[in-house]
Amino acid sequence: MEIVITISSGFLLLVGSFLCISGGIGLLRFPDFYTRMHAVGVTDTLGAGMILAGLMILSTDFLVFAKLVMILLFTLLIGPTTSHVLAKAAFHNGVIPKGSNNLKQTKEKESTSSII
Amino acid sequence: MKHTISLFLTLVAFWLLNSGHYSLLILSLGFASIALILVIAHKMDVVDHESQPIYLSRKIFGYYIWLIKEIIKANITVVKHIWLGEKSISPTLKAIKVSQKTDMGKVIYANSITLTPGTVAIDIVDNEITVHALLYKDIESLEIGEMDRRVTLLER
Repeated sequence: MEIVITISSGFLLLVGSFLCISGGIGLLRFPDFYTRMHAVGVTDTLGAGMILAGLMILSTDFLVFAKLVMILLFTLLIGPTTSHVLAKAAFHNGVIPKGSNNLKQTKEKESTSSII
Repeated sequence: MKHTISLFLTLVAFWLLNSGHYSLLILSLGFASIALILVIAHKMDVVDHESQPIYLSRKIFGYYIWLIKEIIKANITVVKHIWLGEKSISPTLKAIKVSQKTDMGKVIYANSITLTPGTVAIDIVDNEITVHALLYKDIESLEIGEMDRRVTLLER
């Protein structure tokens, strides 16, 4: 039983770390602000989730387990909120996404809605 | 009243799980701080169906399970494209219609879009969410409206 727990937690930690590193590499590789944000999304959802799940399996104390669950829940609530705030601030200050074909319509709609 | 009880129970659970000390002094200090927070929250007038969405609690877990499945799928796609590189992505910006009536529904939908890697909700005006996606097919699958339908079901 001990060995199963160790191996599965090790597996989860390894995959989680791989996802976090992938997120970091995406951050360097992708061309503009918005696409980079998608890469970071990997790190803060499944990357963090799998590392925390790996730690949860290892924890013997219920309180430690509960705290890890809380960290996971808060990460999942705060991650998208901050991503959205960043994206919204960038968009409203004129950072133009690369290669977007319907940019013109959206921009027009944007300006009319802000006048109203 | 039921919102106050729900907030109280949430705070008690939060306090007990964070503390781990059960002596009488510590417990009564915890109770006092919870009572203080309830009073402050009432003065601020934030204890309502928006901060304590009890009506969601029956259906939300089924939705979460579905959402976790979607997040895992989206993660695999994004990681694949990170390693394939810049050439393989097709970033798109598009406004998407939403069918939710309540603010809570719209927030859940927009947050679910942002939580799924590969799509970020940038702005919401009336019934349209501006979404930026890493791949054009992510926008297409949002337009088909599977997620939209599921969030609308939560509202009722």
